[in-house]
Amino acid sequence: MKLKQSPSQTVGPYFAYCLTPEQYGYDFRAIAGSQLADEHAEGERIRIVGRVLDGAGNAVDDAMVEIWQADAKGRYAHPADPRGSNLAFRGFGRTGTGTDPESRFVFDTIKPGSVEAQAPHITLCVMARGMLSHAFTRLYFSDESEANAADAVLATVPEARRGTLIAAREDTQAGTVYRFDVHLQGAAETVFFDA
Amino acid sequence: MTAHGPFSPRDWDAHPPYVYPDYKSTGLRGPTQPLIPLEQTLSELTGPVYGRESVGELDHDLTRNARVNGEPLGERIVVAGRVLDEDGKAVPNTLIEVWQANAAGRYIHKSDRHDAPLDPNFRGSGRCVTDAEGRYKLCSVKPGAYPWGNHPNAWRPNHIHFSLFGPSFVTRLVTQMYFPGDPLLELDPIYLGAGEGARELLVSKFDLEVTEADFALGYRFDIVLRGRNATPAQE
Repeated sequence: MKLKQSPSQTVGPYFAYCLTPEQYGYDFRAIAGSQLADEHAEGERIRIVGRVLDGAGNAVDDAMVEIWQADAKGRYAHPADPRGSNLAFRGFGRTGTGTDPESRFVFDTIKPGSVEAQAPHITLCVMARGMLSHAFTRLYFSDESEANAADAVLATVPEARRGTLIAAREDTQAGTVYRFDVHLQGAAETVFFDA
Repeated sequence: MTAHGPFSPRDWDAHPPYVYPDYKSTGLRGPTQPLIPLEQTLSELTGPVYGRESVGELDHDLTRNARVNGEPLGERIVVAGRVLDEDGKAVPNTLIEVWQANAAGRYIHKSDRHDAPLDPNFRGSGRCVTDAEGRYKLCSVKPGAYPWGNHPNAWRPNHIHFSLFGPSFVTRLVTQMYFPGDPLLELDPIYLGAGEGARELLVSKFDLEVTEADFALGYRFDIVLRGRNATPAQE
């Protein structure tokens, strides 16, 4: 007999002193943060910047965003990856939107390689007060248009909405930045997956 | 069924909908478009691995992990249970992160404005890792109820927030543990947002076996994460 899944509940507004304590200045060691790659990590260094926007177009300042990604060779630091784990790059990031004056999330990481012939992508998990269940989405890269066009997951997304999953590359003096806003609602509502 | 095969889908009869009008802030924050089904790839079959090395010595004991000049005030509790998947299999070596209000119903979080005292010896956050049988155990004080702005005279029932990873990123779960017999549960739109027949799983059970004589009341709280699909992977 199957057991019933424990239902999700909102992360609420007060997660920071447990889940993102160092970012918010609480005296508790953080298990993860917004810096995924140190100077030794192999691959193209990138910054991901975005906001979580509500249905009125306002930036949500008490959301938490987590990312999960492969390394530059497309390998995951997990036993299920048949090519062996790459423990030097854990591939997990977590940040709250409550410490940036513009309520942005910022991740410093490396661009992931292709996984199982998919276009390079990063998985995002978005939570906030006012979200009873978390939402999964994927971030793809604007400079991978050929790979994106051949991607099996993107192909399942109605064409008009695919753009919500593509982060726009900007080459700045500080380095490569990808912009990726998450629209929880509205005309540009981000595609969320039942993964 | 393989050790690394696909996970069963999220049970949307158990999980709350994104937009649940009684919980007002879901109105502008809950996605409204249907979710796009995603056939799980390696990106979904993997997830962050945090084992025993990620937990400090006192992390599991919220009555001791933030002391300044004494013990935190409140009724000491022990919370113990197992993390299982839908097939009843233990989920071993998985990180559990918890946070809660203090005994007066006040969070240490800077944006909590509730006019109740902070406790200098209580932060209210901790973590632990399940053992090989999926068991975990935490020590804390019973969190107080507190008012919130959802509707006039709205109060959150006593609760502890739980965050879990499980074996992959898609088994991620953030939930809340409640206490038995709390009259606020039937008035709480966050609790009521979860499906009938599932939300009861979020109410812990008083357990004399978990209770530690002359020390703390014990509550049992098991958590069920997504399991593996019964059908073999197609490849």
